[in-house]
Amino acid sequence: MCLAIPGQVIELFPDQPNIAVIDVVGVRRKVDLGLLQDNLPLKGDWVLIHVGFAMSKISEQDALDQMRTLRALGEAEAAMQEIQGYGLENTENPEAS
Amino acid sequence: MNVTEAAAPPQALPAKVRFREPQIEMAHGAGGKASRRLVEGLFAPLLFASPSEPLGDAAHLDFGGTKIAITTDSFVVKPLSFPGGSIGELAVNGTINDLAVSGARAEAMVATYVLEAGLPTPVLEAEVRAMGSAARRAGVTIAGGDTKVVEHGKADSMYISTTGIGRPIHGLKIDPKTVRAGDRILLSGPIGDHGITILLARGELDLEADLRSDTRSVLPLVDAMAHEAGPGIRWMRDPTRGGVATSLNELARDCGLCIVLMEEAIPVRDAVRGACELLGLDPLHIANEGQFLAVVAPEYADAALNALSAAPGGEDAQIIGEVREQPCGAVLVTTRYGGSRIVDMLVGDPLPRIC
Amino acid sequence: MKFVDEFREPEVITRTSAEIRRLADPSRHYRIMEVCGGHTHAIYRFGLKDLLPSNIELIHGPGCPVCVLPMGRIDDGLAIAQNPEVIFTAFGDMMRVPGTLGSPLEHKARGMDVRIVYSPADALKLAEKNPDRHVMFFAIGFETTAPSTALTLLRAKAQGVHNFSVFCNHVTIIPAIRAILDSPDMRIDAFIGPGHVSTVIGCRPYEWIAKNENKPVAVSGFEPLDILQSIVMVLRQLKADEARIENQYKRVVPWEGNRAALRAMAEVFELRPYFEWRGLGFISQSALRLRGSYAEWDAERRFEIPGVRVTDPKAAQCGEVLKGVLKPHQCKLFGNECTPEHPIGALMVSSEGSCAAYFNYEHRKTAMVTSISSGA
Repeated sequence: MCLAIPGQVIELFPDQPNIAVIDVVGVRRKVDLGLLQDNLPLKGDWVLIHVGFAMSKISEQDALDQMRTLRALGEAEAAMQEIQGYGLENTENPEAS
Repeated sequence: MNVTEAAAPPQALPAKVRFREPQIEMAHGAGGKASRRLVEGLFAPLLFASPSEPLGDAAHLDFGGTKIAITTDSFVVKPLSFPGGSIGELAVNGTINDLAVSGARAEAMVATYVLEAGLPTPVLEAEVRAMGSAARRAGVTIAGGDTKVVEHGKADSMYISTTGIGRPIHGLKIDPKTVRAGDRILLSGPIGDHGITILLARGELDLEADLRSDTRSVLPLVDAMAHEAGPGIRWMRDPTRGGVATSLNELARDCGLCIVLMEEAIPVRDAVRGACELLGLDPLHIANEGQFLAVVAPEYADAALNALSAAPGGEDAQIIGEVREQPCGAVLVTTRYGGSRIVDMLVGDPLPRIC
Repeated sequence: MKFVDEFREPEVITRTSAEIRRLADPSRHYRIMEVCGGHTHAIYRFGLKDLLPSNIELIHGPGCPVCVLPMGRIDDGLAIAQNPEVIFTAFGDMMRVPGTLGSPLEHKARGMDVRIVYSPADALKLAEKNPDRHVMFFAIGFETTAPSTALTLLRAKAQGVHNFSVFCNHVTIIPAIRAILDSPDMRIDAFIGPGHVSTVIGCRPYEWIAKNENKPVAVSGFEPLDILQSIVMVLRQLKADEARIENQYKRVVPWEGNRAALRAMAEVFELRPYFEWRGLGFISQSALRLRGSYAEWDAERRFEIPGVRVTDPKAAQCGEVLKGVLKPHQCKLFGNECTPEHPIGALMVSSEGSCAAYFNYEHRKTAMVTSISSGA
C-alpha cells in the first residue's frame, strides 16, 4: 500500500486532461491524473505516483523547509561542543555506542 | 543454473539424493535458493564425483597434462530480441563469460537449438546471424551444433543451449577456499541493465527507459585484470540470474566468511535505479549479462581496479566491498550513515511490488 | 533522485539520530509502532534500527494488506480464475501468497492465466485488448490504493467495458489501529502514522488517538530522514507530556486529505458490515466492497466463490506478530517450518510483512553487531 515514488510531469495531452507522462530519473510512464482532477498538475510539477496514479502534488517548499529544519538539528549542540572543546569540561560523544 | 564441478576422476558411487520436493517448480530455474537446492540435492550427488565441492562456472579438467576448461549453459528469454541484444548474443557471450570467470579463455563452442514449430524463419535467421557475429567478434569458433524442433507451444519460440571449451588463463587460480578476510570485492560496471531491459521489453508494465542489455564478453576485462593482478585474484563470477546478491551469497557459503558491501560504491545507472524504485526491486537481485565480480587480495586490489578502469568498457569498475570474518555465510550492505541490512538470495525471480 | 536523495543524506541522518539519542530518556523504554508495512520495509532496508538507542523499540503494526488477507479469500480469487476465459491479474505482491492449493504463481505454472500488473488501469486495458476474455483484478491495499481501483471502475463503467471485474479486498486502516489499541497485551507509547494512506484520508482520522488514547502520532514519509524525524517528533511530545497529531510528511500529505480520491471511493465502494482480518479476527466496518450500482464489475457477484474460511495452523502465531505482541523470531515456526521459501503465514510472504523483513534483512546480523561492539 505504501510504495509511492516522486516523478516529474514531462508531458500533458490537451485532449486527455487526465493523463500525463511522468519521468523518474529517465524511466517514463503514463499515469492517471484523475485523483488530482481538482488541482491538475502542470508540466514540470512533481507528483507522487502509486500504482500508475498520481496521488498528490509534491511541495518543493515544504521539502526545503524540512531539510532546513533537519540540518539545523544539532547546530546548537555543535556550538556547545565547540565551546566545551576549549578544554573547560570533558563531554561524552552522544554517538558512542 | 550453470554449474560444473572441480576436476576429479569418477570413482565414487552415487551419493544420496537430498532433494525432497515432489515436483519441479519455476523457482528451481530462477538461480536462487530453490535452484541451488535442486542442483546440490539431486544433480550433484548423482553425477559428480565430489558432490560436496563448491560448484563453479566452468570445470577445469586435466587430461594427462592437457588442461582444458569446459562449461555448458542454456538460454531461455522472452522477448527473444531486446534493446542491446538478443538470445543469440546472450548464448555466445554467456558461454565466454562462464569460462572467463573460471579463469579460462574460450576457444570454441557448440550450440543446440530447440525450435518451436511455427517459428518464422526470419526470426531464426536473425538469431543465428547474431550468434555468428558475436562469436566472430570474440574470436570464438562455433564448431558445430544440433537442432531439434518441438511442437507449437512447447518451446517459447526457441531455446539455445551451448557447450564451450577453452584454455586456462596463465597465472589465474580461481578457488573460493582461498578467499580471506580483508580481500576486496570488485565489480566491473553498473548492475541491473540487462534484467530491467528485459522486464521493460516485455511490455507488461508500460514503462519506457533508455536502457540496453549489457550483454558482452567480459574476457578482455578479465585478461586486463589478470595481467596486472593475476596472483591476487581469488574468485570471480558473472552475476547473471539472481544478480550480485545471489553470486555473493554463494561465495559467502562456499568460503564460510562474510561479505560486506558499501551501498554508495555499487554502480547503478539512473534509469535502472528509477525502475527499481518504481517497482520495488533491489538492483542487487537483477540479472546482468556483461559484468563480473572478483575477489582480490588487498595488496593487488588497486592494481586490479586500475587495470579494469583503463580497459575499454571497464571505466565504471569499482571496489564495492570486502570480506570479513563474521557473521559467516552472510552478505551485508552498509550505508554511509551506519545502517546495515542483510542481502539474501531470493527464492525465485524478483517480482514488482506496490506495498 | 529528487525528493528522495535529499532525505537520505548521510550527514543529516547522523545528526537526526544524534538528536534522537539526546531526546530519549535513558530511564524510559519507548515502544513506538509503525503502522504501515511500507515503513517496516523501509526501516529494515535502510538499517534504521542500527541508528537508534537500545531503549527505543520499534513495533511493527498490522498495516500490510497482504498479511491480513485470510487464505480463504485467496482461494476465492483463484477459484474465479479456474474459469478458462478468466485472466487473473494482481500486483506482484500477491503472486507468492499461498492459497490452500498453492499461490497464484504456482497456479500459473500449472497453466492458469495469471498476470502481474503494475496498475489496475493496466488490468482494464488488458480487458479492452482481449474482448473474448474476462479480466479479473484481485484488488488489495488500504486507502492508498483503493482510490485507484475506484477510478478504474469509474472508467470501466463510463467506457462500457463489461469483460472486467474487481475482486475487492481493500481494507481501512483506522479499525486496525483501534484493534491494536484495544488489545489488552499491547502497550504502545506513540505511532508513526502511515504517510501514503494519509495522502488520501488526511490527518484528521487519527485525532482520536491523541484525544482519547493520549498517544502522539507523527504522520510519516518513507525515506530514512522522514522516519527518523517522526521519531524525533513523537519523542519531543512524549517528553513534554503532549499528545498531538503531527504531519511530518507535509510535502505530500494534505491535512484534509484528497477530496477527489475520497469522492471516487464513495461513488464506487461501501463499507462491509464486517470482514475477517487474518490474525486479528472479524472487525466491523473495516473493509470495502463494490456498491450495487457497480454489481456488474463485482467479481464476487459475477462469479460463484467457495467462500470457505481457512484458519491458520494453530502453531502459527501470525496474529500476535501482526499486533506487535511477539517479535517475528519469537514465533515458534519462524526460520524453521516458516521461511520465505515455504511460508506458512502471509507475514513471511509479503516483502513488507514483518517476518519476511526480519528474515531477509536482519536475523543473521546479530553476530556482526556483537563482534563489532566487542571491538573484533
